[in-house]
Amino acid sequence: MKISEEEVRYVAALANLTLTGEEIQRFAAELSGILTHVETLNEADTEGVEPMAQVLHEAGETATLREDVEGECLDREAALANAPLSGAGCFKVPRVVER
Amino acid sequence: MDIRSLSAGRIREGLAAREFSAVEIATEALRLAEAGNPRTNAYLSFSPERALAAARAVDEKLARGEDPGPLAGVPVAVKDVILTKGLRTTCGSKLLENYIPPYDATAVIRLEQAGGVILGKTNCDEFAMGSSNENSAFGPVRNPVAPDRVPGGSSGGSAAAVADGTAVVALGSDTGGSIRQPASFCGVVGVTPTYGRVSRYGLTAFASSLDHIGPFARSVRDAAVLLGVIAGRDPRDATSAFAPVPDYAAELDGKVQGMRLGLPREYFEGLAGETAQLVMRGVDTLKRLGCQVREVSMPATRYAIACYYVICTAEASSNLARYDGVRYTARSPRSETLQDMYRNTRGEGFGTECKRRIMLGTYVLSAGYYDAYYLKAQKVRGLVARDFARAFEEVDALVAPVSPFPAFELGEKVDDPLAMYLSDIYTITGSLAGVPCMSVPCGATAAGLPVGMQILTRHFDESGMFRLAHAFEQAAT
Repeated sequence: MKISEEEVRYVAALANLTLTGEEIQRFAAELSGILTHVETLNEADTEGVEPMAQVLHEAGETATLREDVEGECLDREAALANAPLSGAGCFKVPRVVER
Repeated sequence: MDIRSLSAGRIREGLAAREFSAVEIATEALRLAEAGNPRTNAYLSFSPERALAAARAVDEKLARGEDPGPLAGVPVAVKDVILTKGLRTTCGSKLLENYIPPYDATAVIRLEQAGGVILGKTNCDEFAMGSSNENSAFGPVRNPVAPDRVPGGSSGGSAAAVADGTAVVALGSDTGGSIRQPASFCGVVGVTPTYGRVSRYGLTAFASSLDHIGPFARSVRDAAVLLGVIAGRDPRDATSAFAPVPDYAAELDGKVQGMRLGLPREYFEGLAGETAQLVMRGVDTLKRLGCQVREVSMPATRYAIACYYVICTAEASSNLARYDGVRYTARSPRSETLQDMYRNTRGEGFGTECKRRIMLGTYVLSAGYYDAYYLKAQKVRGLVARDFARAFEEVDALVAPVSPFPAFELGEKVDDPLAMYLSDIYTITGSLAGVPCMSVPCGATAAGLPVGMQILTRHFDESGMFRLAHAFEQAAT
């Protein structure tokens, strides 16, 4: 599988990642190599095999529903403490709507 | 008192007999850890106030005649992807250099309730992505056994802290081998329990269908004690299992004679050199203990690396989307628009390996590729799990290598990401199937580099795994 620099730029935009020119070059080459290895998956016969999204175990009868009780919750100050910018009890970000 | 040779059990006895106090142990452990850190870089931060407060609480309980818990006074190191309230948790990333968690992980709460004394947070590959600890934004960890070599990864700091003797036990996390491989490289015991056995509440998510928390220790017994403390259902982690937690330590001494062990043919075909010799010598020891050894076949092994690196990067690209400059401390200062803020924060904050995996994960999930890569990988994961289910119809445990080679030199493999991924082959299969697996030391190469042997058992049969590992450890030492 050959990944072009244009595809790298497209995927970087999907991933919200600014890459340098050097990184774009590097990832085009590296992702091509890794995806070539990933193509070995095509040799596997998966006819009739269910996709395994999660390791599932037997669970007790109460596994799906619990009592609807109020639990502990972080208070607002603690939740905002790591924000690079906050104010009025909210996370602040650059303006997205013009006045 | 040489704390480097103490076990959890010995500390308990010593405390009970008033040979030493928990505060004395904590003080000495902190002194050793801080003094040794310029050499190993195993710790990213120390928590002397928290450690001494926990130690004082243990001493006070003892003075009142109360049971101080199974980990009473035991110095513990915690991998820096596991949240500790009020204590900086970086995930080995520049992005979280100043992140102070507002809550504790469940595993941390449980080990402190059991009397454990947290010395500090250990270095690791950024967001637990790596097999050498060279992807930490805060510099690599040096292997205490061979300082020019890597400690393995991603939980390299935890493995090094235990190998170096500053911590008696440690918490690590394992997604594709991040506990077992560094345990093997540093010559300590490392355990990846059954998926769901230990709550991940407070573990920074990397690949949620594969992430585990597990113990490091210098003996199988201490690993069993620590797992017993942290295991069990937690309402805060919906994926944590309801299965009751046995008293692992009490079940260690059971019989292993007659246990049926399988050697997966596919794991030994390409294995060479001293690693092969040492693992086979370990198998001979198990035979001498009366185990019946036979070959088994696990044909999906050849697809495991491809399967794992599709699934784990897909999940990582999603989990790491949250580091966008809004909530988690770092924000690029040179951004006018919201989108620039997201992109620049992430572009400046993430290291190369994280970016590589985010890119790969985003690619395999992107329109037009989802079925060919992600869905196909999930089906292949089903094949890997089926291999294990079939093998465990014939045998009680599987015995395998942990890594194709012992600890390599710093910088030796950094330029070839695919080669680094391929070296995870023996640990990845167990992660995909979610079975319990562990590395137990089985000797050292002529150059003195430790090698671990891997033991894998059925879902929730940690007891059987520990029993076999314990019998092996007793016979081998």
